[in-house]
Amino acid sequence: MSGFDQVLDASGLNCPLPILRAKKSLAELKSGQVLKVVATDPGSVKDFQAFAKQTGNTLVESNQESGKFVFLIKKA
Amino acid sequence: MAKKFAIIATKGSLDWAYPPFILSSTAAALGYDVQIFFTFYGLNLLKKKLDLKVTSLGNPGMPMPMPMPVLMQAMPGMQAMMTAMMKQKIKAKGVASIPELRDLTIEAGVKFIACQMTVDLFDFKHSDLLDGIDYGGAATFLEFAGQSDIAMYM
Repeated sequence: MSGFDQVLDASGLNCPLPILRAKKSLAELKSGQVLKVVATDPGSVKDFQAFAKQTGNTLVESNQESGKFVFLIKKA
Repeated sequence: MAKKFAIIATKGSLDWAYPPFILSSTAAALGYDVQIFFTFYGLNLLKKKLDLKVTSLGNPGMPMPMPMPVLMQAMPGMQAMMTAMMKQKIKAKGVASIPELRDLTIEAGVKFIACQMTVDLFDFKHSDLLDGIDYGGAATFLEFAGQSDIAMYM
């Protein structure tokens, strides 16, 4: 997995909390910085794709690691 | 220009409080300009002191821990019990509580409008409802809804 600037642990949270928390965390980053999100909500896989598509941020990676979903989002 | 999303929230139970707050907060996070018009029982979602309940009466789709005749569901204390069980489940599944979700929705910049006619009809006081919200009528809502990309009735 490549580098990141900040981590958001959204484990145990359900829709729409992972997205809302990610939005908040991204607001603290500068353009080009990367947010790593860890989630357990299976719905988050499609939701983070849709989030990236609609906000212009880039979903660099979307992986599953030991039962958790891990996303790398690069701020636009 | 930002997309616009208009919602009418008409229901005042714990379960039906979720759709307007989930969709509006998420839409705001995606960059939408969102307004919710709260009317009739939906005004309960704006109360400073939230006291939302859930009932299985008239709702045969609600999952029950055990089969129960409708008459028994109407017994005193059943609604309080179902509400407590639902809140427990919400917490256990990592679903946001309504007070938390409502705070996030406000923080995300969603605009709330309370229906003044229903406020009068139900003898609500502005002081019972959240500070900083707008009061208006059908024309107020339609002005925004008329320019919106999505409009939903909930």
